[in-house]
Amino acid sequence: MSASSTLPQPPATAEVVATLDIDLDERLNFTSDRIVLTPREIRHGERAWPLSTKLSLTHHDHAGVGTLELSDGERLLAAWRYTLGRNPAALKFEREFNRWKECLTSGKPPAEPAETKCPICQAPIPPDEEECPNCARELHTPPSTWVLLRLWRFAVPYKGMLFAGFLLTLAATAATLVPPYLTMPLMDDVLIPYQNGQPIDWAKVAWLLGGLLGAALLAWALGWARTYILALVSERIGADLRTTTYEHLLKLSLEYFGGKRTGDLMARIGSETDRINVFLSLHLLDFATDVLMIAMTAVILFSIHPWLALITLLPLPIIAWLIHIVRDKLRTGFEQIDRVWAEVTSVLADTIPGIRVVKAFAQEAREAQRFREANRHNLEVNDRLNRVWSLFAPTVGLLTEVGVLVVWVFGIWLIAKDTITVGVLTAFLAYISRFYTRLDSMSRIVSVTQKAAAGAKRIFDILDHVSSVPEPKTPAPLPPVKGGIEIDDVHFRYGNRAILRGVSLTIRPGEMIGLVGHSGSGKSTLVNLICRFYDVSEGAIRVEGVDLRNVPVAEWRRHIGLVLQEPFLFFGTIAENIAYGKPNATREEIVAAARAAHAHEFILKQPFGYDSLVGERGQSLSGGERQRISIARALLIDPKILILDEATSAVDTETEFEIQQALNNLIRGRTTIAIAHRLSTLRRADRLVVMDRGQIVEIGHHDELMEKQGHYWRLYMAQSKQLDAPPPLGAEEEAA
Amino acid sequence: MNFQLTRNAFGRLVLTTAEGAVHEGVVPVRAFALTAPEEDIALVSAEGKELVWLPTLEGLPEATRALIREELARREFMPEIRRIVAVSSFATPSTWTVDTDRGPTTLVLKSEDDIRRLKGPGSLLIADSQGIHYLIRDRRALDAASQKLLKRFL
Repeated sequence: MSASSTLPQPPATAEVVATLDIDLDERLNFTSDRIVLTPREIRHGERAWPLSTKLSLTHHDHAGVGTLELSDGERLLAAWRYTLGRNPAALKFEREFNRWKECLTSGKPPAEPAETKCPICQAPIPPDEEECPNCARELHTPPSTWVLLRLWRFAVPYKGMLFAGFLLTLAATAATLVPPYLTMPLMDDVLIPYQNGQPIDWAKVAWLLGGLLGAALLAWALGWARTYILALVSERIGADLRTTTYEHLLKLSLEYFGGKRTGDLMARIGSETDRINVFLSLHLLDFATDVLMIAMTAVILFSIHPWLALITLLPLPIIAWLIHIVRDKLRTGFEQIDRVWAEVTSVLADTIPGIRVVKAFAQEAREAQRFREANRHNLEVNDRLNRVWSLFAPTVGLLTEVGVLVVWVFGIWLIAKDTITVGVLTAFLAYISRFYTRLDSMSRIVSVTQKAAAGAKRIFDILDHVSSVPEPKTPAPLPPVKGGIEIDDVHFRYGNRAILRGVSLTIRPGEMIGLVGHSGSGKSTLVNLICRFYDVSEGAIRVEGVDLRNVPVAEWRRHIGLVLQEPFLFFGTIAENIAYGKPNATREEIVAAARAAHAHEFILKQPFGYDSLVGERGQSLSGGERQRISIARALLIDPKILILDEATSAVDTETEFEIQQALNNLIRGRTTIAIAHRLSTLRRADRLVVMDRGQIVEIGHHDELMEKQGHYWRLYMAQSKQLDAPPPLGAEEEAA
Repeated sequence: MNFQLTRNAFGRLVLTTAEGAVHEGVVPVRAFALTAPEEDIALVSAEGKELVWLPTLEGLPEATRALIREELARREFMPEIRRIVAVSSFATPSTWTVDTDRGPTTLVLKSEDDIRRLKGPGSLLIADSQGIHYLIRDRRALDAASQKLLKRFL
């Protein structure tokens, strides 16, 4: 987007170390301007501010406009505004400024800049670019038809079959062209001589009619083989595309899923691949056949009579162009209808799930009116389109007739001049009517290709995405895990927000740590970093002395048991859900885990015991029961490290007590990191770690922290006040 | 009127209440930014707490009103599209070249869903890939070429 350069070496002269192209002026009008950072000063046009320790740069953004402010501690010196597309450049500018300011105080050359990450997907950004190339492409590039060529990668394994299919297409098309050719001798050598008084040569008739039948049978057999083989190949390509995309999707990090709508991803893997599939097996195949046929017909026609061939083929491009124009008009109309349909269905999707609200507020009449309105709009658009659409088929017919008419006129004239025979004209007419009818379907190729290209782009958007939690290139073997974790000065940024700022903590094997703090203080982020759902921005997390980033991801996660606030049960039996992390677990193991999780008894109450279905359709379990199944799931893999992320927040106090008992079994002998909103659940913790705004502010046991009357005490008091009595005004603020 | 509004050396608004409490970095916010932009304006502290509710700006001292308007103008960014010069493609994402009341620019439309119909007749709000909202006050008042381009996305 903007040009900027970094020079890692300390420059001797006033070199430019960063630039920021601003695109808004003081009154937020679009403009283009540039501010420049050198090791000595910040320059903007004529004005310059020499770097000094007093200067500071801050940025903030609101409603799509970013502001970079320069102040000297006493007053504002300058403010620059830009649209958020320039935000990466602005952040880089600020970073460079701070680096060079630091070396003013230390007198040392600036440290190497840390690797930057994409604010959207967290993948590392190459040093010479400001935007993540993947996200930028996804955002800015419209689908191009060339994307379809990238599908070749999936066609490679079926090269042989594709080639056979191509040969068959060639042969089948040739076979369909034989019958019109045979009408020529049939006319000239049999029928016309008969009309002139000669007897019919039956042997010749049998020979010619046999040829017609043979050609038809051959075309049938070849056409069948071709369609079958190519359909087979395109189905396989589609299936490969789907599985490859899904496999790749599963490997992507949580960030990617966080930024995408589930429905959108499902549509990409489901219907988009299917659309490409149909395009390959139907539209592209038909188009190729048609092109082949027209080319072959042209060759035959020219070989019979070049001039007549020229006249026959001349109107073809014109007619094709006319059809294309009408189609184009229709296409925009159809697109509009699609969108109007979406409007109609969205009214339904809105009201049906919310029917209780609609009825409770007695708004049936209004909703009906809304639907009628959407329907009326639908009708309007359809009427408008039908005006063109009803014209379309007759127009194609008319154009065909006109084309045929031209051939008739020229043909009769040539016959009159005795240049051609009647048989030649019949053959020409037979050929031409064949491909005029194909012109319509050929004109469709443009729009279906565009649609398939759009689908292909959306799929390759997924495939091109690199996981932001990469597998190490040279993985270090994970030593036997005892359960100790060393968090060393960890920073984490999400987008431009710093979420963790220098967190250090050493967790001993078998220790239970309670993480406490307001929401947004970074507790869950810390846990996610330990699970390596994300990678740290700075610092390191080490297990048994090995940096997590050097360990194969799956191998590390095998040692982690995770119990989440919202227990997710897959569709399947209870036993399958418990054994999710260890599919080959024996029945004894499953039952033992369920017993330890205090889940055994209520499972026995289910109609089929451990074989009862749960998940999407099996919603007969309460929140606490589902949670205990997920605890059993974590118990079964016997993890060294256990993470409880608000495991008891979603249930009432009574159920919490049961879950707490289940958890006590789980915690025994394992390193446990528990996040809880209700502080009372963390009484058993060996150490409580209090976090605030991305930093650890207090560490200690409950009693110590209460004595201190610091952050923890305030949190605790706020909670107990809420429990005992309706909170006085102001208590909420204290807690929030 | 029981508060005072001034601008400090850092360019931030400072609000002093009648009780003498001083809030720095106060921000004016329109409660109904689209349907009633001139009425119901709140002054919100830097922490996001509402300090003053102004049903209307009428009756405020001239200086205070000017400060509020100035700050609103500085924070608000909703360019109004006057003309659509070109679009890169009818399939999204599509890059539009447009003329706005704040000068010519380009925007990237991620999907047709980002075009929102507003209550007024023919008025549209278009969110671009960076979260900037562009307003089309009345699409029927645009020139024919712009309308034709726009229609492909509606």
